[in-house]
Amino acid sequence: MNQAVDVLIIGAGASGAAVAWSLANTKMHILCLEQGGWMKPSEYPSTGRDWEAKFYGEWSTSPNIRGRPEDYPINDDHSPIKVVNFNGVGGSTIMYTAHWPRLHPSDFRVRTLDGVADDWPIDYDTLVPFFEENDRMMGVSGLSGDPRSPLTHPPMPPQPLGLSGPLIANAMNKLGWHWWPSDTTVATTDYEGRARCINLGHCTPACAQGAKASTDITYWPQALRAGVELKTHCRVREITTNEHGMASGVVYYDEDGVEQFQPAEVVILACNGVGTPRILLNSASGKFPDGLANSSGLVGRNLMFHPYAQIYGFVSEPTDSNRAPPTCLWSKEFYDTDLTRGFVRGYGIQFGRGAGPVFEAVVSEQKGILPWGPDHHRIFRRLNGHRLHVSAICEDLPETHNRVTLDPVLKDSHGIPAPRIDYTISENSQKMMAHGLARGREILETAGATDICVNSPIPWGGWHLLGTARMGTDPDRSVVNEWGRSHDVKNLFIVDGSVFVTSGGVNPTSTIQAIALYVADQIKQRLANLFD
Amino acid sequence: MTADHALTPRQQDDLRSVAAMMIPASSEYDVPGADDAAIQADILATLGRDTKQVSAALDHIARLAGEPLAALDGAKREAVVTEFRAGGGLPAATLARVILQCYYRDDRVLRSLGLEPRAPFPKGHVLPDGDWSLLDPVKARPAKLRGVP
Repeated sequence: MNQAVDVLIIGAGASGAAVAWSLANTKMHILCLEQGGWMKPSEYPSTGRDWEAKFYGEWSTSPNIRGRPEDYPINDDHSPIKVVNFNGVGGSTIMYTAHWPRLHPSDFRVRTLDGVADDWPIDYDTLVPFFEENDRMMGVSGLSGDPRSPLTHPPMPPQPLGLSGPLIANAMNKLGWHWWPSDTTVATTDYEGRARCINLGHCTPACAQGAKASTDITYWPQALRAGVELKTHCRVREITTNEHGMASGVVYYDEDGVEQFQPAEVVILACNGVGTPRILLNSASGKFPDGLANSSGLVGRNLMFHPYAQIYGFVSEPTDSNRAPPTCLWSKEFYDTDLTRGFVRGYGIQFGRGAGPVFEAVVSEQKGILPWGPDHHRIFRRLNGHRLHVSAICEDLPETHNRVTLDPVLKDSHGIPAPRIDYTISENSQKMMAHGLARGREILETAGATDICVNSPIPWGGWHLLGTARMGTDPDRSVVNEWGRSHDVKNLFIVDGSVFVTSGGVNPTSTIQAIALYVADQIKQRLANLFD
Repeated sequence: MTADHALTPRQQDDLRSVAAMMIPASSEYDVPGADDAAIQADILATLGRDTKQVSAALDHIARLAGEPLAALDGAKREAVVTEFRAGGGLPAATLARVILQCYYRDDRVLRSLGLEPRAPFPKGHVLPDGDWSLLDPVKARPAKLRGVP
């Protein structure tokens, strides 16, 4: 049997890396089990001539398409939005756009302000020191002083506006609407051993330059130097419990497929809003027949995705195309509730600079705006390098019928039941998406765009996996307490997006990591009576 | 079985015909068609995980055409491809994608588009900083962040 560890972390992605690094200074024996392996930047798509083609195969954002050995299948046939993720050291920070907004203070008080969903048991101010610490660790670029966002202090200057930024900015200024350069985790100067961005352009499927922050090159090197142990290609099947109802360790399959038991004093789940409920539900036992930590019945429920309403068009001026990070600006013009719009809550806007030639050809052919035949060349030259995107990232409110369960048939390569997603887009979200598309059309038309097309929702847009083990003070209405500990199992913690009570209208990774650091801090402060 | 043999000779012939219909050569833009030998060779060599869908697409075309596409007159060929594109589903979309992804990485095509035929890394690209005075009107407006009780 393996030697018992003090803390066992499941998952080496955004939150797992942050909590491991933070706990390292306790000098406890900390072990992280990760189902994927270490990444090899020399194999990242942007190093090859087939860089765009790889996005449709081994570097797809969808685990079902990608199908790597470290991926597990997800039955998302019953959802208009498909789950996307990445499995490996760094998790989905390997494969994200590095867009780096924070939840707003008002996002933590949704019930109080708007009478819907629930308030969080913590507030924005509680997380501020952890947001700041995380921004330093991940290395953030941006411009402080956005009048419609929480105050941030990015240690690096913002990305250049490039060619696309001024086109969007001019349109937004004509409309009198807010815009601001995005905070991003793309290094615009050399930073803590990372080389600055050289505009490879193909940021989402991993950065060969290492300019985009992923936790394999930010948190993990420091955590490992501080003594944290990380085992790769180890897939956890279930968390075990003892006669006292406490977590006793995990059963996992090692790199050779051999079943192992790893005892632990504390177990921390950091597997995202799909992976975490999957493990909890797979950990059902006689004492916990409905799954571990599930006395509330809420494990897997309240799944929130952020439906993306995307609209794009083509301007006569050249845009950045694939020659820049894909996002550069955001807008919070429609972020807050205005009931005259016909829906509650709101959305952030994420602007896109363009696309590479293969992506442009494939998508435009599918949309029917790029013809076959002799006119193909003329039309392609009008489209390619002239695209601008506007995406409304809509706040998804929690609904118990949107959920993760275990699929009765589908299993991963180790025979572990796979997750199934049942999800519908609410009427409120539909109205919000329609509003976002209409405003996006105004922006594009003001910029002079034509051939306007819509992706709503973006089908493979389930990047943000939130809410499936929500945080709260009431054990009947939440899975973990206000500092991330399971109500039911007092040495089990959750630090990933599962604990979100509401989703806000922005990308969540910054907030997920701030929460992971906050929970780690709470653990450290409460070590003497952690299980009381 | 090598990648070249993943498709039958008949399928390869129809693939070439479909590619030519999708993207014909152009003297105006000085580019080959997608039926160019080098581009076809790239498609066949890199089909990989797409082989099954592409094969299904070409079998669908064969059923609709009844004989090699190249043997049909122009109007019949056009009718077959129109019907195929309308009802071909995922295999048709995959076939179109593999043609496009190999065509738009061909050196001659990229040069015609004014693009360097190379991987993004390690050279990267240069991005103009842009006119930051565009932000002045936004800065001039009062801050507006929703308060909490």
